[in-house]
Amino acid sequence: MNTLTEPRKWEAYFWPTLTAALFLALWYFSVAWTKTNIFPSPREVVRGMAELVRQHALWGDIVDSLRRVAIGFGTAAVLGIPIGLTLGWYPAADQVVNPVMQLLRPISPIAWIPVAIIFFGVGDKAAIFLIFMGAYFPIVVACASGVTNVPAMYRRAGHNFGLTPVQVLARVVFPAALPRILMGLRIALGIAWLVVVAAEMIAVDSGLGYLVIDSRNSGKRYDLVVAAMLMIGVIGLILDTAFRSLEKIQSVRWGFRNES
Amino acid sequence: MTLIEPMEVAVKAKLCVEQVGMVFERDGKSTHVLENIDLEVGDGEFVCLLGPSGCGKTTLLNAMAGFLAPTSGTIRVDGEPVRRPDPRRIFVFQERGVFPWLTVEGNIEFGLFKLTRAERAARVAQYIRMVGLKGFEKSYPHDLSGGMKQRLEVARALAVNPDMLFLDEPFGALDSITRLIMRGELLRIWEAERKTIVFVTHDIDEAVQLADRVVVMSARPATIQQIVPIDIAHPRDISSARYLELRDGIFKQIGLAHRI
Repeated sequence: MNTLTEPRKWEAYFWPTLTAALFLALWYFSVAWTKTNIFPSPREVVRGMAELVRQHALWGDIVDSLRRVAIGFGTAAVLGIPIGLTLGWYPAADQVVNPVMQLLRPISPIAWIPVAIIFFGVGDKAAIFLIFMGAYFPIVVACASGVTNVPAMYRRAGHNFGLTPVQVLARVVFPAALPRILMGLRIALGIAWLVVVAAEMIAVDSGLGYLVIDSRNSGKRYDLVVAAMLMIGVIGLILDTAFRSLEKIQSVRWGFRNES
Repeated sequence: MTLIEPMEVAVKAKLCVEQVGMVFERDGKSTHVLENIDLEVGDGEFVCLLGPSGCGKTTLLNAMAGFLAPTSGTIRVDGEPVRRPDPRRIFVFQERGVFPWLTVEGNIEFGLFKLTRAERAARVAQYIRMVGLKGFEKSYPHDLSGGMKQRLEVARALAVNPDMLFLDEPFGALDSITRLIMRGELLRIWEAERKTIVFVTHDIDEAVQLADRVVVMSARPATIQQIVPIDIAHPRDISSARYLELRDGIFKQIGLAHRI
């Protein structure tokens, strides 16, 4: 017997498919009824996508975008995780750094574009810097709060079994904070993917963001604009799904389960 | 000659609490939690600290385990003043103290990092058998019931072969049937290993079923009201006249404490 809260198997596929179909129909008929010459219909977008794939430009743009995200996000993680852990571990350090960090944190990475161009010129480095700025703070904050939220009981158990402070950090605090750290990394990766598109519209001449703005500027090819937008959405979804699969690892799964 | 006698007494007693007082300072207000606590616990003895919720019995237990320094007085174990937690004296929380990121095996061998791999494996196997978790070696705490997690935490404590166990309402979160079973299990383990046990509870029946002596504490600031030796051999008949007499005597004591 199925309960009311548990959807039947076919429903898990049926309803999302229906929503997608309705969305496509709405798009198709809006374009048809308004007789717009600017905004493309779904069919034109599919043709545009095929054109991009045929020209092999798409693949290069995807690789460039992913490379920038990998470097920017990777640097943010490599610097942000140890700094965040340190701030969580030494509340005094957190008090010193916190006011400056709270001031910088709400500044959109987009606002850093002029500064990035002064520092790095127009090019790859400026784009990577912007991605770094977007990803760094969520990572630091997640790591610091991950450490401060480790139940005192776990630390005390660690001390009780005779661990040194370094061992407590490595064997108790870090694994206890890991689910929160992963949540922070996931948020940061999402932001990095948002920022790379914006950065590529201004600072460089390759990547999916550049593809969007270039398709518009060179001949108002809105079919290619929307095709590139869809590509950005699909890759963002793949990145997020891939990252979420980390949550299933046994030693962190406890932190993602709802307590029933 | 007069000097030697008290020293012999001190060696016999495992744990000596001498004139311990505890004052917490918060927001300029000082709260007296413990006052003039004098208590000796013999080697291999099972002592229950019994008192109303929030009376300070957990504070006393924390001080005994070295997690809190008393404001006045001293606590000695084997004649040595307690200054910090020590693997020879393990504190067992409610089952929430097990590490969710480690398997059953991983939890039990947590404190065994100074042993060789073979010794570790032997200890783990021994205590998994003792607490009846065979077949669950690779399970994570989230897949265990409350009673199993509690047994796991006891096994983790026993595996490092401590002289003393401090148990802070260890069965408080369990249902009443599991609690009864766990009391029996704890007594079985205690009879096999003869650790010195200090057990905090607010459950009068639990105290009279388990302890050699029940230390009845008053409401805050906690003082020792009465120490009741339970002169009934294990296994205890909990409908015997002597059991009921001792239990009702303590009931009266606690009742008086509430009226003050």
